[in-house]
Amino acid sequence: MSMFWTIWISVISLGTIIGCYFLLRWTLANKTGVKEGDEMGHEFDGIVELNNQVPRWWTILFWITMVWGFAYLLAYPGLGAYKGFLGWESSNQGILSLAESEEELRKDIEEGAWNEYALEVKLAEEKFDPIFEAYAKIPIEELAKDDEAVQVGKRLFLQNCAQCHGSDARGQRGGFPNLTDNDWLYGGTGEKIKETLINGRQGLMPGWLDSFGEQGISEVVAYALSLSGRDVDANLASAGKARFAACAACHGVDGKGNQALGAPNLTDNIWLYGGTERAVTETLNYGRNGVMPAFKDTLGEDKIHVVATYVYSLSN
Amino acid sequence: MKNPHELIEKNVGLLTILILVAISFGALAQILPLMFQQQTLEPVKGLRPYTALEMEGRDIYIREGCVGCHSQMIRPFRAETERYGHYSVAGESVWERPFLWGSKRTGPDLARVGGRYSDEWHRVHLINPRHVVPESNMPGYPWLAENKLTGKDIAKKMSVHRSLGMPYTDEDIEGAKAAVKGKTEMEALIAYLQSLGTHLK
Repeated sequence: MSMFWTIWISVISLGTIIGCYFLLRWTLANKTGVKEGDEMGHEFDGIVELNNQVPRWWTILFWITMVWGFAYLLAYPGLGAYKGFLGWESSNQGILSLAESEEELRKDIEEGAWNEYALEVKLAEEKFDPIFEAYAKIPIEELAKDDEAVQVGKRLFLQNCAQCHGSDARGQRGGFPNLTDNDWLYGGTGEKIKETLINGRQGLMPGWLDSFGEQGISEVVAYALSLSGRDVDANLASAGKARFAACAACHGVDGKGNQALGAPNLTDNIWLYGGTERAVTETLNYGRNGVMPAFKDTLGEDKIHVVATYVYSLSN
Repeated sequence: MKNPHELIEKNVGLLTILILVAISFGALAQILPLMFQQQTLEPVKGLRPYTALEMEGRDIYIREGCVGCHSQMIRPFRAETERYGHYSVAGESVWERPFLWGSKRTGPDLARVGGRYSDEWHRVHLINPRHVVPESNMPGYPWLAENKLTGKDIAKKMSVHRSLGMPYTDEDIEGAKAAVKGKTEMEALIAYLQSLGTHLK
């Protein structure tokens, strides 16, 4: 902040306090020409005004407020570029990038600056970091036996994951997978779950309406439904089987899916977007592009490790 | 001697002027200087103007009163940054007119909601929030999926924002109508939501 604005703010702020001082002095002196306690000489509807001084308690409070105001402006930032002798700040201001923010935060923590936010972060890191670091050293499959770790993971899950997967982790219709059924799109080992959480996932099922046509779609739908043992029109299904070669690239010749691609197993009668004929037709017509957002930046790897532990524990 | 108080007490015009002078000190000391500070005027490094679609989405956000229940202001407390991400900084709001910081959180803060959920999640959620979050008390906005944008005013909106400092190019403004025409309000709002808070990199 430039010198001009510092002076501008200081003159107005301090001038106001000084002005209040003179105003109070002026108000306390009797300049009405009427003796104290006497009538002011006007009445309305039988109500008269007496010339009374402002109450003493009120006057004293005003004095205290002025002194407090001065002391505050000396101690805390309030007068332009002057930072106050306590050196207090709520957080780093004027941040232009995350890297810059992190650098300044680390510097404040190291120097022990009285930055409220930095102090909060420091306190939390001292308390929680060792816990998460210790958890991160234990493989997820093993950590899942630790009840406390699972409960920590559950709390993080409820705050960050429940919006899509539900607070009971059973998922939601429309492409938000159930995490309790041990059916995995990208793999259900601890490391795979962690990978999903860190980098997110992007489903890539294309639409087939243009290449199959409506008749072709209904054939493939019939075949796809038959894979999980559903009753379908046998003629349609056998026609669909011929077309399934295009699908087999991802879902495999046997339709059991491919976890490297996130292609669902079509034989287990578990349906991400619904297993009705209509829903499967919709899926085949227009494709599905489910997105699992990446949580690397939001949670950090150590916390993801614990969330992954909770998710793993749900079905193991 | 005449009572000098009477001059002010019995003269409403003068009283009004003196009151305005007295309360203007606060604004002169607290608001005016901020309009000239680099700290409050310099955009964060990743800041870009809203695309035409995001700009339309922003107006829908305003129209539907989202700001009444959702703030866009993460305060510098760890309890907030743990949940929402880095606290909001001045350089993110330099082109916001009007700003939508809000002051009421019936729902969560949205300052960094961009990228937190998929587009599909937003679509389902806006039609009926209980489809994805059974505990939610947010109203549904199903008409957004049906209403189509005409793009009638978008070029004008963008050129007004340009005159206020948002660095749009002539091409941006010329192409604006074509970029939004025929898109649903839902698409616009989702585009806006997905942009929120992603500029501080």
